[in-house]
Amino acid sequence: MNIAGTSALVSGASRGLGEALSLELARQGAKVVLVARSRERLDPIVRRIREAGGEAHALEADLGDKTQIYPLAGAAAALVGSIDLLIHNASELGPTPLRLLLDTECEDLERVLAVNLLGPFRLSKAIAGSMAVRKTGTIVHVSSDASVSAYERWGAYSVSKAALDHLARLWAAELGGHGVRSFSVDPGEMDTRMHAAAMPDADPSTLARPADVAEKIVRLIRSDDVANGARIEVSKSGDSR
Amino acid sequence: MKAATLPRSEPNRERLLVVDPERDTFADFSIADLPQFLGPGDAVVLNDAATLPASLRADEELELRLMSELEDGTWLALTLGRGDSRVPTEARGSPRPLSRGEQLDFGSGLRACVISVEPESSSRFVRIVFEQTGSALWQALYRAARPIQYSYLARPLALWDVQNAFASRPWAFEPPSAAKPLTFETLFGLEARGAILAHLTHAAGISSTGDSALDRRLPLGERYEISVATATLVNETLARGASVLAVGTSVTRALEAAARGGRVQPGSERTSLLLGPSSKLQICSGLLTGLHEPGTSHYSLLEAFASRGLLDRSFAHAEAQGYLQHEFGDSCLILAGALRDQLRAKQAA
Repeated sequence: MNIAGTSALVSGASRGLGEALSLELARQGAKVVLVARSRERLDPIVRRIREAGGEAHALEADLGDKTQIYPLAGAAAALVGSIDLLIHNASELGPTPLRLLLDTECEDLERVLAVNLLGPFRLSKAIAGSMAVRKTGTIVHVSSDASVSAYERWGAYSVSKAALDHLARLWAAELGGHGVRSFSVDPGEMDTRMHAAAMPDADPSTLARPADVAEKIVRLIRSDDVANGARIEVSKSGDSR
Repeated sequence: MKAATLPRSEPNRERLLVVDPERDTFADFSIADLPQFLGPGDAVVLNDAATLPASLRADEELELRLMSELEDGTWLALTLGRGDSRVPTEARGSPRPLSRGEQLDFGSGLRACVISVEPESSSRFVRIVFEQTGSALWQALYRAARPIQYSYLARPLALWDVQNAFASRPWAFEPPSAAKPLTFETLFGLEARGAILAHLTHAAGISSTGDSALDRRLPLGERYEISVATATLVNETLARGASVLAVGTSVTRALEAAARGGRVQPGSERTSLLLGPSSKLQICSGLLTGLHEPGTSHYSLLEAFASRGLLDRSFAHAEAQGYLQHEFGDSCLILAGALRDQLRAKQAA
């Protein structure tokens, strides 16, 4: 898909990969709606994009709260028009330090699923119908290797991402014939606040920079070669195209 | 006819009254049967406007209903007085007159200033400008406002109750409700039959002010946008002699307002076009719509598609059969030749 002129919505855009994806999309000419729970952190990023000549708007929303989904979808479309590119990047890790499943509160699992799975489902439901009628649109689900590997203590996050991967496949199965692409990306280990919270002892110098990963993901979005419903490990996606 | 008092949880079961002006007859179906009435190459045109929360409360004595967003970023609004959503609009108290320069606070950080008041509307039509712009405005509007409510409903409407499954930009002030019963099962079913889905955006305006003199001035100029792709698709459909089915009166009014010499002109315009028995339709061959009472402007628009006699007979039948009317009620398809095959099958039997 062409990025220039595209209307994009990026959740979890106030830091890490979401911020980097927003900057990269705006740099390539997309009109970007940045979404996060706190507007305060979004405003400087929006300013930065605008100062560089791009178009960006900040919307505050908690994707774990179902009453905020339609207001978000409506406000986003009011600002940039029908959404062509939807990136589900917002994630909730659950309480840290991470806990064994037997020590995980059911309410913590519910909250993780609300943000990482139900939120993306609800937001896609509010936006993908228009894509299916317009016969164009791309939905990207930001996943994790925890969705395929069962790491101890990553339980809540891990099941939410496994389900998110499958949600991506199901959207592709149902909407692929109607012009809508859906896939998930595993960004690999990055130097982000979330990574530091989950693995405080990791050496940041061994981790990928979000900006580099974002560039690769945007390359995947532009490419027509990504199979609908695919789960792509970004570190292995290489520098083709 | 009784009103539907709740949004349906299983829209595929909604009833569909099929009216065939060519055969001068009607028959009962369910909305899930819709695809069988369209064929390869027919166009089904949808209004993809999302419904914005258009009802704003300044205080207990004053509600503003947004009616139109103007090109200069100001908004036209209607004032309503004391009474909540359970009180029919016509029974609401007289709103206090607003004056130019007055500041209004709707809560959640949404504030506006009155720019002008129209005396001819008993001062009920006002033009306002919001303090915020851009994302701050939309964020505050969605927090402070609610969708317009209907007194005959069993419970207040949430924002998701008033959206169609394919809605996008929030241009509509009241729901373009004809498409409410359309699930993607049905929409994809139409495509599987070879019909083509097309879309336009029409800012469906408010249907009633509670004052019959003001109602006669509706609709105010409502903006619509028809893309080049949609205009081309509709024009090619007409050139092939296939049907153009308008889903809802807002689509009908946009397509007919944009008609020039039997072809649709793409573009972004405003229309206050009203259609009735003497209208000659240039574009639309058929209409999918909700059911509303005779005597309304909606019913009058139906007369552009079918004779009064056929409509009266069909609707009397629908009422006797317990069809439900209004925003969340049953549906009616008016399409010439729709029942051709059914009648043939019946005769053969």
